[in-house]
Amino acid sequence: MASDNQFQYVLSLGDDALITAQRLSQLAYRAPFLEEDIALSNISLDMFGRANLFLEYAAALKGDNFSADDLAFKRNEREFSNHLICEQPNGNFADTMVRQFFMDAFNKLFFEKLIDSNDSQLSAISQKSIKETNYHLRHSSKWIIRLGDGTPESHAKVQSAINNLWMFTEELFEMNESDIIMEQQKIGVDCRALKIEWDKIVNDIFSQATVNRPKDDGHMVTGGRQGIHTEHLGHLLSDMQYLQRAYPDATW
Amino acid sequence: MQINIKTKSKMDKNKLTIWEVFVQPKTGATFQHAGNVHASDKEMALQNARDLYTRRQEGTCIWVVKSEDIVSSSAEDQDAFFDPADDKVYRYPTFFKVSKKAKGL
Repeated sequence: MASDNQFQYVLSLGDDALITAQRLSQLAYRAPFLEEDIALSNISLDMFGRANLFLEYAAALKGDNFSADDLAFKRNEREFSNHLICEQPNGNFADTMVRQFFMDAFNKLFFEKLIDSNDSQLSAISQKSIKETNYHLRHSSKWIIRLGDGTPESHAKVQSAINNLWMFTEELFEMNESDIIMEQQKIGVDCRALKIEWDKIVNDIFSQATVNRPKDDGHMVTGGRQGIHTEHLGHLLSDMQYLQRAYPDATW
Repeated sequence: MQINIKTKSKMDKNKLTIWEVFVQPKTGATFQHAGNVHASDKEMALQNARDLYTRRQEGTCIWVVKSEDIVSSSAEDQDAFFDPADDKVYRYPTFFKVSKKAKGL
């Protein structure tokens, strides 16, 4: 029987992927042009696939005939433990790309470590995720450079997106008690150790994009892993969970 | 925060160039024309081509080239370029009789 810590750990990773996937799916048919629309939908589908793997595993750990669908569609806002940055609105295109870039850089480093997990399931999921994430990071980082080093308008928009989303970045590197236990059991990753490499990636892309890195001593927001979310998650869930809430256990 | 999608996409379309996409189905095979994509630079063209034409393992390698860089014969050239072959049947392999002694053709 798996520990609660392990269940919570896998669930959190599933929530990160699921909420990111749902956010990106909201851009289908709305991206600035056709090719980008398809690119964003592809990334969204990668994230849904990842969410499914994590949540199916979490459901198996939980037992009692729980399914991935139960976890996705029958939990309330407070029971979701995704990082706050995942649920932030799409805003304008620069807002979306900066959000993705911050997460992609983190995910790349995170999954490169999670591959070595003692848990063979997590290791296998990481193996699959890392290939996708390398591509996602390439996509988002090139956009940061293009927008930052583009027109005065695109530069201003991407800089403003960076300034607005910066406060959600520190949470990615936090370790709560259960994270620390998972790390000690060699199941999880020490996220604190990823910050240096993340800074390197971000600084490199920022300098190519000619944008400024916000000051590190600014206000930071946290709480996602504890289920304390920004106002945006509730709206996202009400949309995502509508069908199961209105017609419980509906199937097709 | 909401962008005006109509004017935005119109503006972008005018700035983006068209790139032709060639996909190599497997290693060593010839590249085949797959279609085209809009993009502002090489990297975007490559990524868009990947997303549009090779997402289901259709290829091992992609070429992208700006459409404007392709030199094409024009419709007026058609007669001069292609018709002279018409009355020279010996240019086709089927013109020649195959010897019965030749095996394995």
